[in-house]
Amino acid sequence: MNTKNLTCIECPMGCSIEVETEGDKVISVKGNTCPRGKLYAENEIVCPRRVITSTVRAKNGVMIPVKTNAPVKKSEIFEVMKKINAVHPALPVHIGDVLLKNITENIDLVATGNFEKK
Amino acid sequence: MKQEYDIVVIGGGPAGLAAAVAAYDSGIKDILILEREDKTGGILNQCIHNGFGLTRFKENLSGPEYAARFIDEVEKRKIEVLTQTTVLSLTKEKEITAVNAKNGVFTISAKAVILAMGCRERSRGALNIAGSRPAGIYSAGTAQKYVNIKGYLPGKNVVILGSGDIGLIMARRMTLEGAKVHAVCEIMPYSSGLKRNIAQCLDDFGIPLYLNHTITKIEGKERVTGVVVSKVDENKKPIAGMEIHFDCDTVLFSVGLIPENELTKGAGVPLSQKTKGATVYQNRETEVSGIFACGNVLQVHDLVDFVSEEAELAGGSAAKYVKEGAKPHSAVEVVNGKNINYVLPQKIDQNIEGDVKLFFRVGGTFKNCTVKVECEGKTIIERKKRIVAPGEMETLLLKFEEIKKAQGPITVSLEADE
Repeated sequence: MNTKNLTCIECPMGCSIEVETEGDKVISVKGNTCPRGKLYAENEIVCPRRVITSTVRAKNGVMIPVKTNAPVKKSEIFEVMKKINAVHPALPVHIGDVLLKNITENIDLVATGNFEKK
Repeated sequence: MKQEYDIVVIGGGPAGLAAAVAAYDSGIKDILILEREDKTGGILNQCIHNGFGLTRFKENLSGPEYAARFIDEVEKRKIEVLTQTTVLSLTKEKEITAVNAKNGVFTISAKAVILAMGCRERSRGALNIAGSRPAGIYSAGTAQKYVNIKGYLPGKNVVILGSGDIGLIMARRMTLEGAKVHAVCEIMPYSSGLKRNIAQCLDDFGIPLYLNHTITKIEGKERVTGVVVSKVDENKKPIAGMEIHFDCDTVLFSVGLIPENELTKGAGVPLSQKTKGATVYQNRETEVSGIFACGNVLQVHDLVDFVSEEAELAGGSAAKYVKEGAKPHSAVEVVNGKNINYVLPQKIDQNIEGDVKLFFRVGGTFKNCTVKVECEGKTIIERKKRIVAPGEMETLLLKFEEIKKAQGPITVSLEADE
């Protein structure tokens, strides 16, 4: 049996979580204050994932903030970044607009800012 | 152009937007927001990372998404906004002189003013680090603006001084965009940033955090070529022989935020030495009648969710002031006692009904301690805390029935149990 110490990243509280594992199976999760912490710890052992936030340059030059609409595999972060940096949308762009479908595993890249056509 | 408004809000960031909406919803519709940038939203526009709004909206939003919620509310109410307009001065009489390209220099007056100018970063100059002045030295927020708004990567090999949240966020951001962040150095034995940011911004990318370390020399003439990082002793003095050298082309500073209170001072509003913001009553009115303050210009908050909450309190109070006029204050002082850095509000007006949420920061990291609120030797509140740190703002609710009874100053203090 192994124990692993994690810091939960689900909210600003940043609970210190202790996970006991047997192989790649989670036996127990301690230290979390909410169910999201438990879920985070379990995922973190099996396959850590992160939402990526970044920017893309629109055709007219302005930078548009974007995010993946679900967490992507941590191991794929830099591949996903390459795809993000190749996206150049035309304005207008609004919050929630899908700028690239299926960047990986059916996860989309969406805009997180509003930019009108000038 | 109109010369008089019921309420003028200085600053169109998260505090200014929420204050204006709250004032409007409290019945005062004649409001003007003055914003120096070309759009409202303030610093949130460049905070493209997520983690905003968990308290307020129970959603995980990016900065621009959080700002958009409030920008929409301002637009819905058709509250007047003047962007690209810089306020030059404010007087006690609530006369505001501002300048923009369209109207030139102009003066308007208001029945109530809400200060919502936010804060700025401490700069290299405040730290006295040896070296010349090569290119490649930025505050973390400036680098953030370059990357996220302008689309430029300000450097490829980076060392960051200070482990504030913006510095941690920028360590990850620059790494994602292809830079190599060699180290984050923190002079204190603990990070001033959120634990989650240590995990997801540094640990995720294998970026080392050097606690008890600071930059003692910046090398390079035209451009930064390297830094010397030294271990410090318990008095924060560099220990000879414990230097580490890093080759780098960029140094970022994330060494604290200071409320931006030049206008406040100009209006003769008394400031607190501790918060560097105005001293206020619980309704966020300053000691100058009709001038209110909220958000990071008043106290540097950890989370924007709390900025919005404070701004709504100030906005509602300003609307009440316009409707009902100035009221006499009957105030008791709130004093920071042992192990407490500051408490806000600094004054509690017994004429204003309602419970008061006290905000405070502790003077060090303590485990298993007790926070006490006392008045004239009598304990009003006693609260056990498992762990407290200066980086995390604490709150306590003070009941109005206790406030009514208070005959002298109210003291907040912290006792370590062990």
